[in-house]
Parts: sequence; structure tokens; C-alpha cells
Amino acid sequence: MKRRELTAFGFLLVVAIGVALREPRFLTPTSIESVLLWLPLILVAAMGQLCVILTGGIDISVGSILAFAGIGTGMVFRAYPSLPVPIAFLIGLMLGLTLGLVNGSLVAVAKLPPLIVTIGTLATFRGLTFLVSKGDQIDSSMLPDGLTSLAHTGLPVGPITISYLLMIALTVAGATAIFLSLSPAGRAIISWGSNPEAAFLCGVNGGKVHWLVYAISGATAGLAGVMYAAKFGFVNPGTAGQSFELTVIAAVAIGGAKLTGGAGTVLGVGLGCLLLSVINVALSLLGIDANWQILAYGVVILVAIIADRLGHRSSLEAAK
Amino acid sequence: MRFSAILLVIAAALAAIFSPRILDIHYLLDKSTLFTGTGLVALAMTLVIISGNIDLSVGSNVALTGCVAAKLLQAGYPPIAVVLLGLLTGTFLGALNGVMVAGFRLPSFLVTLGTMAAYRGAAQAMVGANSVKVPEGFTGIQRQLLALVPAPVVVFIVMAILTGLLLHRTVFGRWVVSIGTNESASRYAGVPVERTKIVTFALAGLMAGLAALMEISQLEVARFDLAKGMELDAITMAVVGGCAITGGKGTIGGTVSALILVMLMKTAMGVANVKAEYQLTAIGVLLLLAVLVSRLDSHQPAKPGKSPTKAA
Repeated sequence: MKRRELTAFGFLLVVAIGVALREPRFLTPTSIESVLLWLPLILVAAMGQLCVILTGGIDISVGSILAFAGIGTGMVFRAYPSLPVPIAFLIGLMLGLTLGLVNGSLVAVAKLPPLIVTIGTLATFRGLTFLVSKGDQIDSSMLPDGLTSLAHTGLPVGPITISYLLMIALTVAGATAIFLSLSPAGRAIISWGSNPEAAFLCGVNGGKVHWLVYAISGATAGLAGVMYAAKFGFVNPGTAGQSFELTVIAAVAIGGAKLTGGAGTVLGVGLGCLLLSVINVALSLLGIDANWQILAYGVVILVAIIADRLGHRSSLEAAK
Repeated sequence: MRFSAILLVIAAALAAIFSPRILDIHYLLDKSTLFTGTGLVALAMTLVIISGNIDLSVGSNVALTGCVAAKLLQAGYPPIAVVLLGLLTGTFLGALNGVMVAGFRLPSFLVTLGTMAAYRGAAQAMVGANSVKVPEGFTGIQRQLLALVPAPVVVFIVMAILTGLLLHRTVFGRWVVSIGTNESASRYAGVPVERTKIVTFALAGLMAGLAALMEISQLEVARFDLAKGMELDAITMAVVGGCAITGGKGTIGGTVSALILVMLMKTAMGVANVKAEYQLTAIGVLLLLAVLVSRLDSHQPAKPGKSPTKAA
């Protein structure tokens, strides 16, 4: 493991051991399963966000895409209840991909700053979700049982059940790792983020890179939307995915990805997601108010970018 | 500026046709008090964007400062002390952004994304899901009239004039524009880049503090979700008003006309019973349109090899 991943792993160990010492219940299968219940949503969306952040961009609109895909999938199943469950993931993926392409075209073709584009689409997609759903919530009665059970059933590993949702998320993470390290497109993404001009001179098409990463981010956020429906059993057009972008960006940041682009690994981000899931469960186990959660995410983002900058400085000094 | 002026005329005409009530000057003045907080923040956002930065934390700053001020009032502090402490809190939170952006040379959108969560989170940690009631003596600033104009509007007009003078008539204002145009050239030319950035963010914090005090006075309660999404409105106003999102260009006059545009749009939609979520969409679309138009309008086409991401 590289330094970035080791830092995330170190944080994870410290927090996990700290919580376990204060509250032994943390090590029971029930707690571990609730940690694992949180993980798939964050992990899947963080993979897309990682691709975007690797190029030096950012996708603030993921929470609204999650809501749109969750609502859209739910509405399809409300209309056609007999559809097979795997179709849900395909629908969510496609819906997310479509919205991601909107972001991608605004960044790649119109050459607008990603932050402004995705702030704009964060608002626009949320409104679109309301427009499509007419403000109605998707309830568990409209979702097939086969979908909602995916969050709780799976392969038993000792006393713990690895849910099907988690398996899907891990597959997505594995595919992202292979894509980023082995495929030409993946290398192009990383090279664009570390030095756009050099990448351009080496023949990397910046426009295509941007199309690709925002499409991936949209698609993974769409998958997360279906997982949201499976995990919670309902999707509310107003509250689903609110502030989700902060969770996802915090996970990528604490996973050691450079938020200014060019560096970051799937393993590190995976550890970051696990850490946030642990913190989520630990807060409730330790009886700490859930109100502290957003503050914790903000501090995580700030500490990560400052630590990264300081690390960069010291490595420059070491090179002298 | 041109874009916002055209839109403003169209919006005013449409609003007048579809909801004639909007032509009632008393009704408009009454409604306009609701937008003074956002307007103040948009004034400071104009400076921040012209300097080539962005401040996503303004809405959270308003929430945290509002909660702090309401708590202080409940604890029995005199209003004048609360006003001073509130302005101080807002300025401090803004300056903190500036110190992180300038001191560590970090991108402002990442720093303020972090503080957007941190300040909002701190407000939530402080008051939880409760509403903090604002005591009687501090409420109802919108009912104070100065020559028929509600006091918040007067405060806004004064601050708009002061910010306009600061940006367009002082050396500091030129520094802000020059940093946004070319930071390293400004540094070589002797512009105190770091200090200017910190002061710009501190000003954004000061305006957020002022906005917070006026908001809690009007709403009579402070909650952690106060001013949620205010950054979207403020950024939209600045960009629609002609600020180049990459910095170096923009006017206070443009932002003020965009503020009136957004106010007309929202008030007309409110009169027509358009849901809040659709209003949000309208603002989002307006922002995207404005950046698109300013991109098409700019005389320098983006270089093919240059990453558009670095512009943020």
C-alpha cells in the first residue's frame, strides 16, 4: 500500500479500535452488519466521484441523480410490477448515465467549470425529480420484494451476511480498479488530472475524458439510487440523497485521493468509504447525536486537503 | 450585465402580464425584504468571484452566525452587543476560509465545500433540530420604515453602494480584479495577493453575518437549516449579473440587476403558486444559461489543450 492508502487504513484502525474499546457491542455481528449496510451506496457513488476527481473536476449533483434514478426506477416498477429485479439496476444505471451525460456535455463541449455546472444541475435534477414524480414518494409496496430483500440477504461468511448489494458494490469497485489501472481510457483519466497540457500533447482527448468521467459518475450515482430504494424501501423526491455529495466527496478525500486531481486509488477510497460507514454506526452506538455527522464530514474534507498540501510541500523540500 | 438587463426586461414584462399584483410597489417593497439577506451575500460573492475564487460556505455561515446570535440573545445579551458579536462571528468564519485558501494555496471551491459542511454541521451540533426563538426586542426589522422603504432594503442599498465604491473606485478593488485576471502577474506587480484574498473572504463573511442578523430578525427564529441553498442564489446573481466565473470581470451594478431579476422571478412564481422545488430548478437553469451565454460571449475561446477544470 502507498502512503495515501496507509493513512486511510491507519485512520480506520484507530477509529475502529477506539470505538471497540469504548463500546464492545461494536464487534458483534449485528453492528458489523449495520456497518456493511451503509457501505454499498457510498462505495458505488464514490467510484464515479473518484473518476471525476482524478481529472481535477468535481460532481456536486450526485445526490439529485440518486433521487432521480431511485424515483424513476420505482415508477417503472409501479407501472410494471412483474419485471425481473435485475432490470432495476439497469434502469437506474441508464437514468443516471443520461443525467451524467448532461453534466459531461456542459463540461466537455461548453467548457464550463465543473463546479458551476454541477451546482446548477444539482438544483435542476432535483426539480426534474419532482416534475417526474409529481412530488409523490415511492413506497415499499411499489417496489418488488426481490429488490428490498437484496439489502438483507446474501452469502453468509461466518456469523456475518455479506449482502447482495455489497457484492454488487464490490464488483463495481473491482471493475473501476481494473479500468483505471489497466485500460487506456483509465490511464487517460489519470494523466489528464495530473497534467492536462502534457496529456493533451500525448494525444489524450480532454473532451472525451470529461464526457466519460461525468457519465461514469452519473451511472454510479444512478446505481446508488436503486440501492437506496433497496436499502430503505422508499424514495422521497425531496429528501433522498440530500447532502449525499458531501458524504461521497468526504469518502474520496479521506481515501487519500488528491482532490485537485491526478492521484487516487480505488483501494484508498474503499477504505475511506468503510471509515465513514464505521463512523456512522459508531456515532449511534456511542450515543453521540447524529447532528455531529455533517460537521465531521466537513472537518474530514478540510483535514484531507490541508494534509495533502502539507505533504506535497514536505515532499518538495525532501527533493531539494 | 447586458444579458441580465435583457432578461430583467423580459421577466418584468412577463411578471406584469401573468401576475399584475407584482406592479404594486408596496407589495414589491414588502416582498423585497425577503431577498435582502441573499442580496447582501451576492454583493460579497461578486467580489469573491471577480478575484477568481468562489465561496460555497456563505449559506452555512449565515446559519451558524444566526444560531450563535439567537443563542446570545436568549442568554440575555443586549442587542447591540449581539449585532457586534454576530458581525464578528461572520467575519471570522469568512476570514478562516480566506486563510486556508491563501495560506495553504488551496482551491477555494474545496476549502469552502469543506466549511460549507463544517459550519452547517456546527450549527446543527449547537441547536440540533430545535428552533431558537429570537426575543421580542430584536425581531421585526422589516417593519421599520425609513421614508416608506423597509429598513432591510435601506441596509442593502447602502451596502450595495459601499461595495460598488470599494470594487470600482479603490485600489483594493483594482487588486481584486487584477488577482482574478492574472494572479502571478499581480504578484510580480506588487499586489499583496494573499492579503487581498483573505480580506475578500472576510468581507463575504461580514456580509453573511449581516445577512444572518437581518434574517433572524425577520424570521423570528434561528434554525440550523437557515439560508440553505443561499450559495446557489448568490452565485446565480453574480454570474447572471455578468461576473466571469473564471474571475477578472464583473460589476456590482450587474449583480444588483440580477438580484432584481431573481426577486421578480421568485415573487412571480410565488404568486402563481409554483412549488419551491420548481423555483429551485428555475434558478439552476438560469445559472447554467448565464454561464453558457458568458462562455459564448467571451472573446477568448477556450484553448483546446487547457483543462476547463482549472478555471474553478
